[in-house]
Amino acid sequence: MSSVIQASAPRTLPKGLPQVAALLIVFLVNWLVFRDFFALRLQDGRLFGSLIDVLNRGAPVAILALGMTLVIATRGIDLSVGAVMAIAGATAAALTAEGYPLPVALAAAAGVGLACGLWNGILVAVLEIQPFVATLILMVAGRGFAQLITEGQIITFVSDGFAAIGSGSFLMLPMAVMIALVMLLITHLVVRYTALGLFIEAIGANVRSSAYAGVGTKAVTIAVYMWCSLCAAIAGLIVTADIRGADANNAGLWLELDAILAVVVGGTSLFGGRFSLVLAVIGALIIQAMNTGILLSGYPPEYNLIVKAIVVLAVLLAQSPVLTAVRAVLRRKA
Amino acid sequence: MQPTRERPELLEIRGLTKGFPGVLALDHVDFTLHAGEIHGLLGENGAGKSTLIKVLTGVFRRDAGTVRLDGQEITARDPADALSLGIGTVYQEVNLLPNLSVAENLFIGRQPHRFGLVRTGEMRRRAAELLSGYGLAIDVANPLGSFSVAVQQIIAIARAVDLSAKVLILDEPTASLDAQEVESLFEILKGLKARGIGIVFVTHFLDQVYAVCDRITVLRNGRLVGSKPIAELPRIELVSMMLGRELADEALHRNQRPAVTGEPLVAFKNYGRRRLIEPFDLAVRPGEVVGLAGLLGSGRTETAKLIFGVERADSGQAFVDGKPVRIATPRDAARLRFGFTPEDRKTEGIVAELSIRENIVLALQAQRGWLHQIPRGKQEEIANRFIKLLDIRTPDAEKPIGLLSGGNQQKALLARWLATEPRFLILDEPTRGIDVGAHAEIIRLIERLCEDGLALLVISSELEEIASYSDRVVVLRDRRHVRELSGAEVSADTIMTTIASH
Repeated sequence: MSSVIQASAPRTLPKGLPQVAALLIVFLVNWLVFRDFFALRLQDGRLFGSLIDVLNRGAPVAILALGMTLVIATRGIDLSVGAVMAIAGATAAALTAEGYPLPVALAAAAGVGLACGLWNGILVAVLEIQPFVATLILMVAGRGFAQLITEGQIITFVSDGFAAIGSGSFLMLPMAVMIALVMLLITHLVVRYTALGLFIEAIGANVRSSAYAGVGTKAVTIAVYMWCSLCAAIAGLIVTADIRGADANNAGLWLELDAILAVVVGGTSLFGGRFSLVLAVIGALIIQAMNTGILLSGYPPEYNLIVKAIVVLAVLLAQSPVLTAVRAVLRRKA
Repeated sequence: MQPTRERPELLEIRGLTKGFPGVLALDHVDFTLHAGEIHGLLGENGAGKSTLIKVLTGVFRRDAGTVRLDGQEITARDPADALSLGIGTVYQEVNLLPNLSVAENLFIGRQPHRFGLVRTGEMRRRAAELLSGYGLAIDVANPLGSFSVAVQQIIAIARAVDLSAKVLILDEPTASLDAQEVESLFEILKGLKARGIGIVFVTHFLDQVYAVCDRITVLRNGRLVGSKPIAELPRIELVSMMLGRELADEALHRNQRPAVTGEPLVAFKNYGRRRLIEPFDLAVRPGEVVGLAGLLGSGRTETAKLIFGVERADSGQAFVDGKPVRIATPRDAARLRFGFTPEDRKTEGIVAELSIRENIVLALQAQRGWLHQIPRGKQEEIANRFIKLLDIRTPDAEKPIGLLSGGNQQKALLARWLATEPRFLILDEPTRGIDVGAHAEIIRLIERLCEDGLALLVISSELEEIASYSDRVVVLRDRRHVRELSGAEVSADTIMTTIASH
């Protein structure tokens, strides 16, 4: 797949190079400020270390980025993922605290997530409300729903099974990382081994031509928003399991912005069309690696936001079509 | 009849030239507008009407030529500057602010104020007074968007005129109005004309041209074809100026084929949609080419879009193989094995960013459903087969389709539908904007498809072309199917006289 894309665009940088390079540079800087950054140790059958920490902490945003990539590829946006995380976490925590078995709690959270996505999808695809506004509704109202579920309290629960989602491990890796990998794999299979990927890219690049070609643009758009909300629900479960409690006010707060950032850093245009799931996940890791690096360096976390902005700017500049054109002109003159 | 020639020259355009990469949109065009004159500006697609207006109002810079207003040479920097110079423009899609009140729209940027505060009451009083001069008694405090397009247009006109416009340009103002609304708009135009305002009226409706214009200027392919007082310009001459052909001495028509008989594959009875196209009857048999001819805006594309389910019919019934069917979306039409290559290739046809392969398999894949992905190898085989069959010029199937020339894009779009093995193909201007070689190939392809037993509905502005391959030709005028020509009647001349008759 990637070799084909390179062949069709020989004049631009190989796809994914800016993102991978940025991730390596951030890793390198982390190593400079903290020499043990790459050190790994095995304890109780699980790997520990700063690198593992980046993966583990980055997992929720990486999962959000998967769904967000598909939404953005259809030329949409989903601002409600943070709120959906809170709703799903609150649902699962409340059911667990009331003694329901784990599968029921998880299924309920996933169901609530899908329902949220259906709502967003109908607003966008059927009622043709601009995605920004349509999902803003749930972004605002969703946190209210979550607070209604938790009745304004932080619901804590005792359930080793649920807690394992946040702090357990599998095949030496933290459970959250495994979940993110499985979600990446499933999402990849669903979009690339069916025709959905083609339909999503066609809709994002030209929704009218796609509809004229007989593509069920509304159904595909709704499905994409549902998948995005399902990803958000899963990320919400991880965050909730991690702290063994549902905090309706803070769970997933502002994470929609990190997810959008991860997708954009991953090279998927906000104008829709071509998308890459793997690069979006790398985008999420770049963001998390910077967060971790600043913590490790001992600088106050306030720097985090500024450094983040600079790195994001650098990655975006590397992809800017205007700068690519300027480079081409300079080369011709030279 | 106004003695326009004795009136002073208000706007004088001489030698106006404007080029875009690869095309000369305006080539030394002259245009003269007198005060108190309604001047029709006509021409088919790509004639240069919009470019002329855009250069005049400062949207584009001109490359050469002069523009004089009241004898003074002017150059508008942008539309606001043009308005301050005295040239106001009202577009089909009103370019005011629908969320603001009517009064605010009329006085935006020049609200009456006192002590830095807007005097809303005063503004509303003046707005109501202004509009009453146009026969509009509406509540000016309501948002502009709550009124019909016709009312919004009158408000836009009132605003332009009130801002000291001497020249008023109306770009297809009647395209979305009904007959009565058009009538009241014309009354207003006549009132403005009596006040000495010069009006440039762009339209595609010949009846309206003859109802209201004093003088007509026709452009074609960026050049001035001619400018004449309406009284000296019979309809047939106007149509021939627009289409760029004279009545031929001997009627040219196709090699006579035996008339196609048999049951129609598709039929439409009393099929129509309000404000889009008057109800029509149409039937196409397998192996038959039916042409749709008419001027731009006559309802050809609207007919195609209605048939393909892009627009929903509000009257009549569609039949396939004699059985009633419902076509509410393009997806429905595609399921009935219809295909449609739209006139506007860029925005409705190709998905520019995707590869030729993906564009070709898109309709077939959509029909198979998302679960049944066409294997990559099969996709490549389909794409390469059509690239070869239709001679699409490209190094490989993975190139983004947007990088191909117009003719090759058109062939790829044909391939998209041929891959679905359609029974009925609708081709809207299949040869527009493509080079001569590809042009001939597409016509040969149409004839070949017809021999293979496809039912074809083809729209074209090229009368010779449409007469050469059509078994029957439906002529449209002012959004109505006015006449169906068949057999020996199918000739460019008959089509032209039918378009011009009334």
